[in-house]
Amino acid sequence: MGILEVKDVNKRFGGLQALGDVNLSVTENTCHAIIGPNGAGKSTLLNCLVGKLIPDTGSVMFDGQSVLGRTPHEINQLGISRVFQTPEIFGDLTVMENMMIPCFARRDGAFRLHAIESVGSETELREQAEQMLEDVNMLDKRHMHSASMSRGDKRRLEMAMCLVQNPKLLLLDEPTAGMARADTNNTIDLLKEIKDKRDITIAIIEHDMHVVFSLADRITVLAQGTPLVEDVPEKIKGHPKVQEAYLGESA
Amino acid sequence: MFGLEKKDRSLLILVALLTIFAPFILNPFPEGSAMAQFNAGYPDLMQRFVIFGIFAIGFNILFGLTGYLSFGHAAFLGVGSYAAVWMFKLLSMNVVPAIVLAVVMSGLFALLIGYISLRRSGIYFSILTLAFAQMMFALAYSVLTPITGGETGLQLALDDPRILDGAGASAGNIPVPSLFGLEMRDSADLVLGSWVFTFNIGYYFCAVIMLLAFYLSIRIFRSPFGMMLRAIKSNQQRLNYTGLNPKPYTLAAFVISGMYAGLAGALMASMDPLAGAERMFWTASGEVVLMTILGGAGTLIGPVLGAGMIKYMENIISKINSDILHGWFAFLPDGLEDFVVTIIYPFIGKGWHLTLGLIFMAVVIFLPGGLVEGGQRLAALFRRKKTSTDDGSPAKTEPAE
Repeated sequence: MGILEVKDVNKRFGGLQALGDVNLSVTENTCHAIIGPNGAGKSTLLNCLVGKLIPDTGSVMFDGQSVLGRTPHEINQLGISRVFQTPEIFGDLTVMENMMIPCFARRDGAFRLHAIESVGSETELREQAEQMLEDVNMLDKRHMHSASMSRGDKRRLEMAMCLVQNPKLLLLDEPTAGMARADTNNTIDLLKEIKDKRDITIAIIEHDMHVVFSLADRITVLAQGTPLVEDVPEKIKGHPKVQEAYLGESA
Repeated sequence: MFGLEKKDRSLLILVALLTIFAPFILNPFPEGSAMAQFNAGYPDLMQRFVIFGIFAIGFNILFGLTGYLSFGHAAFLGVGSYAAVWMFKLLSMNVVPAIVLAVVMSGLFALLIGYISLRRSGIYFSILTLAFAQMMFALAYSVLTPITGGETGLQLALDDPRILDGAGASAGNIPVPSLFGLEMRDSADLVLGSWVFTFNIGYYFCAVIMLLAFYLSIRIFRSPFGMMLRAIKSNQQRLNYTGLNPKPYTLAAFVISGMYAGLAGALMASMDPLAGAERMFWTASGEVVLMTILGGAGTLIGPVLGAGMIKYMENIISKINSDILHGWFAFLPDGLEDFVVTIIYPFIGKGWHLTLGLIFMAVVIFLPGGLVEGGQRLAALFRRKKTSTDDGSPAKTEPAE
């Protein structure tokens, strides 16, 4: 039984069957990649996992609880953190403030009216945040205005914000999309480090095969809304069905 | 001290000194001189400075931090005023119960209106709040006349019960609001040469409350709650996916700022115990938006500066008339004098709105951060000049905020 169990999920947008009978099981403490050509339904599937979309039929169980009908912040509180395709950070805030917010969310829950206490006096949370920033080599940037950073740094910060919550499952939506090769390699190294150091399950949606084959323990290939194959990376590489659907006939 | 960081503490102390010495600072010109009409140190206007300061400080907690632009905040000001006057009529002329009821009532109204309006954001939120405020204005003006006094407004009467004050308290005269016997309208004059400085109890009472309100707003700005509000303005999507629910945060900010408005309304009624529906009119809601943007939305001191500036212009510039202009320019040859007066005339008296509009446009275009940004730029300019003149010492660079 995996930590994330997707059973018979269907999602229709008008006449388009975005997801058809998707079954997926992600084992705890592994990195599971979901790949597929454009329009395969990868993002739709991800949005069903985080509460942005509700599937028409089927069930999504995380850690023994159904996520269906829960709002994104409730699902996050269950232990799922999400990294977006384009980094979503608090651009008006400093790097350190960006880090403090998930720390508060983890300690105080979805809402707490702490209007008189001072952020400055939260030593314990600040230490957590600083430790996390050090882990991603960003401690020297902690007073920077986060909007003014490079895209690679924003991505790093976003991951740090997710990781400081100690999520059980980290969802990555094309974390290297639009990145230069050097930045991509940095991100791969960072993710590898995270995988090795922590007890964390990672589900990753990715276009870049280099990233997928460097990180994934298991790969699911999605095509036209249905999973084609699920296997270890070595088997996926040579699988005829995958080559046909994903890489095209010529490959 | 006060649980504030050094910078905020200095700001609080500065504001405290300015409000305490306002009767001196605002009266720089001797009585009877040509410039005396620019003196703003009379009780009525000073009270307005601090009361609208409170209103704008509260509005800034919502608009400055979360970015939600409420266009109906005057409704809470009106609710506060009505509640306070009813307290004067029914219970006592003491201002304390009046203020307490006003803050509670405006908080309840803000809870209801905020709960509904905050289902939408952006322009739809603004329109919803505007609609609520206009509905409340229309109701207060017509069907709710038994409660609000309708067109004439809610006034005190000799035969009001005033349970706590007893029958003898109003012997033939309508009593005035007081704080445990200290009458709000009492003043003491200090005559120094040809200067007259007025110290008014009502003003100092409002000033103390304004300082408390300002202190509370600093605490909110520096609190985790304040940080969440800024995060809402910055990126609601990220906040959602970080496990935080933006709705109760914005609602809490809305209620807090509504209570600030109610407090301001109660103080207005305490200074002059009557309340009219026009206090809830949409122009009054727009005024607090102008104050906040003019001073600098999202800054601590900005709204107070904006409120002061607008109230100063409303009361001082609007008093200049063509005779005064002729007096000023009498030294010019006749034709030229008339010409200059004709040019300036549209900007004064009833034309003060034109002057305000031009200043507002200039601020929004050239100083998007409001008067506070103007101050910061000036300070930076002086700092640069200073460092370039004394070459010997290494230039101190401060990190950008």
